[in-house]
Amino acid sequence: MITGQELGGLGCSVKRKEDARFIRGQGKYVDDVQLPNMTYLHLVRSPFAHARIERIDTSAALEIPGVLAVITGEDLAKANLSWMPTLSHDQQMVLATGKVLFQGQEVAAVVGETRFAAADGAAAVRVDYEELPVLIDPHQALEPEAPILREDREEQTNHIFHWESGDREATDRIFSEADVTISQDMLYQRCHPAPIECCACVADWDATNEKMTIWMTSQAPHAHRTVFALVAGLPEHKIRIISPDVGGGFGNKVPVYPGYVCAAVASLTLGRPVKWTEDRTGNLSSTGFARDYHMRADLAATKEGEIRALRVKTLADHGAFNAAAQPSKFPAGLYNICTGSYDLENAFVEVDGVYTNKAPGGIAYRCSFRVTEAAYLIERAVDVLADELGMDAAELRRKNFIQPDQFPYETSLGWTYDSGDYEAALDRALEIVGYEDLLREQEEKRARGEIMGIGISSFTEIVGAGPGKTFDILGLEMFDSCEVRVHPTGKVLARIGVQTQGQGHETTFAQILAEELGIPVADITVEHGDTDTAPYGLGTYASRSTPVAGAATAIAARKIRDKAKKIAAHVMEVAEEDVEWKDYAFRVKGAPDRSVSMADVAFAAYTNTPQGVEAGLEAVNYYDPPNLTFPFGTYVCVVDVDKGTGEWKVRRFVAVDDCGTVINPMIVEGQIHGGLTEGFAISAMQLIDFDENGSIIGSNFMEYLLPTAVETPTWETDQTVTPSPHHPIGAKGVGESPCVGSPAAFVNAVVDALSPFGVRHIDMPITSYKVWKALREAGVAD
Amino acid sequence: MIPAAFDYHRPASLADALSVLDELGWDAKLLAGGQSLIPAMRFRLAEPTAIVDLNGLAELERFEEADGYLHIGALVRHATIADSGLARERYPLLADAAAVIADPLVRNRGTVGGSLIHADPAGDWGSVMLAYRAELAVRRVDGDRIVPIDELFVTTFMTSLEPSELVTSVRIPAAGTGQGGAYEKLERKVGDFATVGVAAQIALAPDGTVGAVGIGLTAVGATNLRAAAAEQELLGSSADEAAIASAAARAAAESNPSADGRGSEEYKRDMVRVLTARALRRSVERARGTV
Repeated sequence: MITGQELGGLGCSVKRKEDARFIRGQGKYVDDVQLPNMTYLHLVRSPFAHARIERIDTSAALEIPGVLAVITGEDLAKANLSWMPTLSHDQQMVLATGKVLFQGQEVAAVVGETRFAAADGAAAVRVDYEELPVLIDPHQALEPEAPILREDREEQTNHIFHWESGDREATDRIFSEADVTISQDMLYQRCHPAPIECCACVADWDATNEKMTIWMTSQAPHAHRTVFALVAGLPEHKIRIISPDVGGGFGNKVPVYPGYVCAAVASLTLGRPVKWTEDRTGNLSSTGFARDYHMRADLAATKEGEIRALRVKTLADHGAFNAAAQPSKFPAGLYNICTGSYDLENAFVEVDGVYTNKAPGGIAYRCSFRVTEAAYLIERAVDVLADELGMDAAELRRKNFIQPDQFPYETSLGWTYDSGDYEAALDRALEIVGYEDLLREQEEKRARGEIMGIGISSFTEIVGAGPGKTFDILGLEMFDSCEVRVHPTGKVLARIGVQTQGQGHETTFAQILAEELGIPVADITVEHGDTDTAPYGLGTYASRSTPVAGAATAIAARKIRDKAKKIAAHVMEVAEEDVEWKDYAFRVKGAPDRSVSMADVAFAAYTNTPQGVEAGLEAVNYYDPPNLTFPFGTYVCVVDVDKGTGEWKVRRFVAVDDCGTVINPMIVEGQIHGGLTEGFAISAMQLIDFDENGSIIGSNFMEYLLPTAVETPTWETDQTVTPSPHHPIGAKGVGESPCVGSPAAFVNAVVDALSPFGVRHIDMPITSYKVWKALREAGVAD
Repeated sequence: MIPAAFDYHRPASLADALSVLDELGWDAKLLAGGQSLIPAMRFRLAEPTAIVDLNGLAELERFEEADGYLHIGALVRHATIADSGLARERYPLLADAAAVIADPLVRNRGTVGGSLIHADPAGDWGSVMLAYRAELAVRRVDGDRIVPIDELFVTTFMTSLEPSELVTSVRIPAAGTGQGGAYEKLERKVGDFATVGVAAQIALAPDGTVGAVGIGLTAVGATNLRAAAAEQELLGSSADEAAIASAAARAAAESNPSADGRGSEEYKRDMVRVLTARALRRSVERARGTV
């Protein structure tokens, strides 16, 4: 009898199938695509943050040998393509017409026979600008003297939206009568996911067959195909998007960018394939940034430490266009998940979105549509309250957790949490880190004038969008899909609607199928990313692949099993009701030794089908989840601070995650290592900043910092398992949890270290300089 | 990130290199490790019309003790020094600095000579060579000369060398007993330019007092700076905590940093103080043989 371990089923640390090609350098990325007659596109970008375009002179560029074409916004306007819709009910410029709204904005596209000709051509395009007043600080966006940025809109204001959630009056009432209240301003700074591979595409218009094939770095190839059909007016069956190996996405590769549209237009115009490969500066300065939420959190509590209400006011800096790539009905996405792991009487959240002269975006970076800001806000605010109450931060959390018997738990802001056991994760983390000993050590060190801190974050995530009625992209409901074919010899081809960018789908989805079909992982191929072959899906981001497409995969497999059972009965010459699926085979009830394997049944499905049963063994499922899933965990961080330089070093970091049923523990651990590293980067060093002229500081890796192995702490991971009751295999999704939950742990640790000096909050990134300033202001020196 | 067009020369001998330089003058840029030049060209911040690639010139790769000096050829890579037992045992200041320059990729390609001639005040070797009181061996078509390190840096990205001149090697006095040095560097992450760096080199007199001292400062002025007043403060002292503290305070006062994303002027000045004290302490320990 074959075992789950032999199959590589659920819970097995199967080695990643995709690594064989990645480790050998055999991955195939967009820039590896080589076609005959290829041409190359280079973008001309604006040096100014806000300026009127007086004139674009392309004549010198066109004289450069090898330059084939220069496309401007005016050219695109003739085809009604100079603007395109965003996913947040706004529009954005493809190539600027009239004026530019941020530094690095796309102004013209030069196509050349070689990359070098295109780059030389771009350098020779002359653009005359008249500089306009620049708006960088979102707080000034609504002041009467602020320049109006978006002249294309009917409403002449920089205000994009006001959104609120919860009961303002009831919340205010609790605050007015509460024993204790705290209020903390905090900025979740503008940062950028900075995937290793920048954006790229190859657009290839086949004039004979009137078909457009686009290889592109896409986290959502199907959605992008539909967007291309709607924007460019090409029939959708004549568009094929291929997203080959993708070198990291983190949300950066969800939107459609001007470079893609320009390449498609150029290929239609020239009748030749056009390759656009973005450089790092282009990626950091013009593509989907993350966060830029200016938040105030108020908590009301009893003097015993019972948290009663949360009130949040937020200014959201969306940059020049509201291009936040998020599919919820709410302009601030899932931000009102901010009551976190706590059982509150009431809460109220309001958000105002504004335009500034910065790049558009706001959703990216390993984040389920603003849950990252929300988790940081509540986990930081709870620490501020603990400081106010003089209570231990772990104890305050424990006292206010939603209890296991309260699930499914309805939050005061309308979410229904599926399952959780928050105290178990906290206890496990505190036990591993040795919390009591650390508190004693800290007391001794403080007496000696040494500085150490302990930070806790007990976060709750929200991942796995749909349901389709609540979440859509331009009306496309956020289901996801899987199509499974079992070949006559028992080998399997599965195609899924989601798109890996490093998550390991080729392995984990094969494991789900192995578990459900009793076929070894090695005999299962998982494909994705080609819209001509894969079933329609909404793509991979917001940790939705396992919760949605993972469920579709399990259900498609179970459909196969249903049909296979009929065939098995036929093969074993017994009635269908006498057959059961047990221990990875079809067995005769009461006589388990009489059995046939799925491979046997597959052969029969093509050679020996019973009467009334169609030949073949295939199934497809489109899964619309009934609810999101709510992973959680507790992270504990211990830091030591250098009094002389202000440097802080992470001595310990314990991460206890609960993502429900684990498909591949090794891949989950890898996801957690990656996410913690990104959370550390955001906490310690990452910021997309601007000077007073709107010039970006952080458009290359000398100024926008990625930690190396030297800075990155050692991670200690562990888990609890609380399955999702509504997911077919109980899985919840994990990719983003560590990046969502960890920033508060780092900041809480550093603030705890400095709390004897009256420090209650420091905004991220917490640089050595900021710590040094806090220490010197408190009179502490080396 | 594609550079503008340029001519490429790869001389086969030092004599060829010198005559190409003599002919091209200011139009030529020397390519050694390329770790500053190539990024600048890719950003089109530098658009030289000609590149003279020195990488074929084996005579620039000398790394040996001779005639009372350690000779470091202009093409010696940072990694060669970082991996060198000789540096670790006898020239700890060199070994310290080589290990913290940028990252392994840059260290494998980048050169001592290229870094010095680039004259970036955030470069680490400038401070190290100031602390060692190094000298540069310089050649041109019709002669050669020795340039003391204190006469090299004019201002940011500018040296006193003529365009026709080529540095062939750097020499520092051979190590002796009672000597020690250390490099302290504060950076935001590996590969970042220094927020502040401090190089210290000390020689103790037979009576245990400081007989000679060099202190070089990184990233706190238009060039790498010598902390001359701090050196004077320490000279002849017993290098105790009080002397180190007041020398460190002097070095901070002598520095002239600018604010940037790494911190304010005040912060950087204080970092000069903190790092100078740490570098001096380690230098003294090494000179006394206590570490």
